[in-house]
Amino acid sequence: MASFSDLPLKWRTLARVYPWRRIDPVPWTPMRKPLAKCRVALVSSAGFVPPGEPVFDASKLGGDPSFRVIPGDIDVRTLRDAHRSGAFDHTGMVQDPNLAFPLDRLRELAADGRIGEVNGRHLSFMGSLSATGHLVRRSAPDAARLLAADRVDAVLLVPV
Amino acid sequence: MGLIAAELERHGIATVAIQLLREVAERVRPPRALFVPFPHGYPLGAPDDPALQHRVIDAALRLLEDDALRPPVLVDYRGANLAREHMPP
Repeated sequence: MASFSDLPLKWRTLARVYPWRRIDPVPWTPMRKPLAKCRVALVSSAGFVPPGEPVFDASKLGGDPSFRVIPGDIDVRTLRDAHRSGAFDHTGMVQDPNLAFPLDRLRELAADGRIGEVNGRHLSFMGSLSATGHLVRRSAPDAARLLAADRVDAVLLVPV
Repeated sequence: MGLIAAELERHGIATVAIQLLREVAERVRPPRALFVPFPHGYPLGAPDDPALQHRVIDAALRLLEDDALRPPVLVDYRGANLAREHMPP
C-alpha cells in the first residue's frame, strides 16, 4: 500500500474527497533527553480491546471516538481485535498483535537500553473515524492529559 | 493518528507516527511521520517477525532522535526491499 490509487475503488474515492483535517500550525515538542532515558508509550488505532473492557461501538455514526487504556503488563495475545473496518486484512494482527501494537518490541527495547522504560499504560483507539470533531475536542485531549500525567516523554503511534 | 499526535505534542510529549498512506500524512501533517510501504493491517511489516518489526520501529525512533528535523516531518522507510519479501499472500 503506498497511495490512494492502491485502495479499492470505494475507499479511493472516499479518501480523495474526505475533508482531512489539516494540522496548522504543526505543534512540536523536541526531545529533551536521550531516548535511553525516555519513558515511552504506545498509541494504536487498531481498535484493540483488553479483556473485560467494552468493545468499540460499531453502530456510532462517524465512528466511536473513545479510547481504551491498555495496561502495560498485558499479554498482547489476550487483546481482542475490535476494529470494525472490513477494508483491510485482519489476519496478521490477529495472529500477532505486535504487528499493530508492538508492546513486546518496546519491552525488548527497554531491556536492551535503547529506550528508558515502557510506560505503565497505553492507549487504543478505533481508526477509520469519519467524524473527528469529538476526537479533536475531547478524547485526544483526554488521552494527552492521561499520558502527560504519567510523565511520558515520547509516544509511538501505530495505525492499522 | 495525526490529530492525536498533534494533541500529544501540545501537551509536551514528542511523537512519531507510522504512516500507511502518504497522501494522508501530506494532508493532515502529523509532527513526525514514517511512511512505510506496507498494506493496511500490516503497519510493522509482518506478523511474528520481530526483526522486521524492530527495524521499522527503530527507523521511527530515529526520527525522534534527529535534532535537525523540523515539522512536519515525513520520511520514507527504506527497508532494503523487505516490504516485498514480507507482503502477506
